[in-house]
Amino acid sequence: MNIFTRSYYTYRRALKALRLFLLAAGPGIIVMVADNDAGGITTYTVTGAKYGFHLLWFLVLLGPMAYYVQEMTVRLGAVTKRGHAEAIFSSFGLFWGWFSLLDLVLTDWLTMITEFIGMTAAMSIFHVPIALTVLFVWIIMGAMILSGRYWTWEKIALLFVVLNLIYIPAAFMVHPSIKDIAFNSLVPHLPPGGFTNDLFFLLMANIGTTIAPWMLFFQQSSVVDKGLHEKDIVFGKLDTALGSVFTVVVAMVLIIVTGMLLHGMRVESAAEAAIRVMPVSRTIGVLLAVGLFDAGLLGAICISLASSWAFGEIFGWAHSLNNKVKEAPWFYAYYFFTLILAGAVVMIPRAPLVLITLFVQVIATTLLPAALVFLILLLNDKKTMGDRVNTLWQNVINIGIVAVIIVVSTMYGVSTAFPNVFK
Amino acid sequence: MIRSILSSGYAKVREINERFRTPAIEMSGGVKLALFMLRLYLICLIGLSLYKFVSMLG
Repeated sequence: MNIFTRSYYTYRRALKALRLFLLAAGPGIIVMVADNDAGGITTYTVTGAKYGFHLLWFLVLLGPMAYYVQEMTVRLGAVTKRGHAEAIFSSFGLFWGWFSLLDLVLTDWLTMITEFIGMTAAMSIFHVPIALTVLFVWIIMGAMILSGRYWTWEKIALLFVVLNLIYIPAAFMVHPSIKDIAFNSLVPHLPPGGFTNDLFFLLMANIGTTIAPWMLFFQQSSVVDKGLHEKDIVFGKLDTALGSVFTVVVAMVLIIVTGMLLHGMRVESAAEAAIRVMPVSRTIGVLLAVGLFDAGLLGAICISLASSWAFGEIFGWAHSLNNKVKEAPWFYAYYFFTLILAGAVVMIPRAPLVLITLFVQVIATTLLPAALVFLILLLNDKKTMGDRVNTLWQNVINIGIVAVIIVVSTMYGVSTAFPNVFK
Repeated sequence: MIRSILSSGYAKVREINERFRTPAIEMSGGVKLALFMLRLYLICLIGLSLYKFVSMLG
């Protein structure tokens, strides 16, 4: 075989692999980018405004962390063909099953409200009334799922993923020093002032936003609904890895933008950051506001589906996006019920939105460790996973990561409820 | 109508409880220990949350 023939076959093989990857890709990228939801965007803007570029290195570490946890849901979904809720019910029995399902429902609904808070705050910068924003979101999210095809839903979701990368041009517009970022900010170090309570809280918040309970439920159900098989796991992993790169890039870019324009200012939310940036650069301010709206929307899209899938799995309803409304009425009814209820709360005058945001973290803290422990146990159960059980090294890495996440998210949850406990 | 919805919901929950009555995972020592620790963790956390709510009400 001459060099041209060999090159041709290599090219054909690579093309085929790329085509297969594009078919399997979706759940990982969507869940990872949706991880940068309204709450996540707020955490990054506050981090950038407070510490400039000093914590960029820390965010790079969060990418692999998210990847290793989410990769396990890909394997579990592809091997068992069951969502996370059904896997917990089936493997750990009724107590843990009902606990996880009800906690997921409550956490997801409260998180949905925080996404609506982020979206309405972003649109209010453009003087769009809250009711109009909520109505717009209801229509978009309703239209996305009514096609009765998983592929259509995924393509639209991927469009919003691309829109989430809107922050990247903003980073170039602030002209950061690439040399400073590459040689100083990516080397692990403490910011000036050393290890303070504020720094500790922000580190916890950044880890806390990296893995949320709904992400585990969403990606596993999504892998099942998409119909990925064991042979597709390698592409599912690649999809998740690519998503984790996106999520870290978006987080870093936000820190670069706020670190350049707002460093030293006290910023409480992403919407406030966008408003404060407006006098400096209207374009960047607009990009931040549009990005915040998109982040909230993407988060809401995934979170509402995570709950609907979980309910469908347990109650035995038809629960695929490939079903038409008539074929899966309860699945869609539940989806719309949570969507409308979450949007309606934001429209209530003087609703305790700050309190809700606080509760989200506390309640998520009760579910996340349970979901992660179940994940590790299931990935080590030969009866469930067959040859796809965790290897020794996967266990060393995954158990280490899960232990860190549990400890830190618990401390974050506790310090959210009791602000002075670690002072 | 409400009564029929409630009774069908109750029947569904009973059916779910029947379907998932027996945990499928092999209950090795490690699994039992992990679940025990998880229960302890949750009891502590729920206790803290209740304390928070009570102190907020006060």
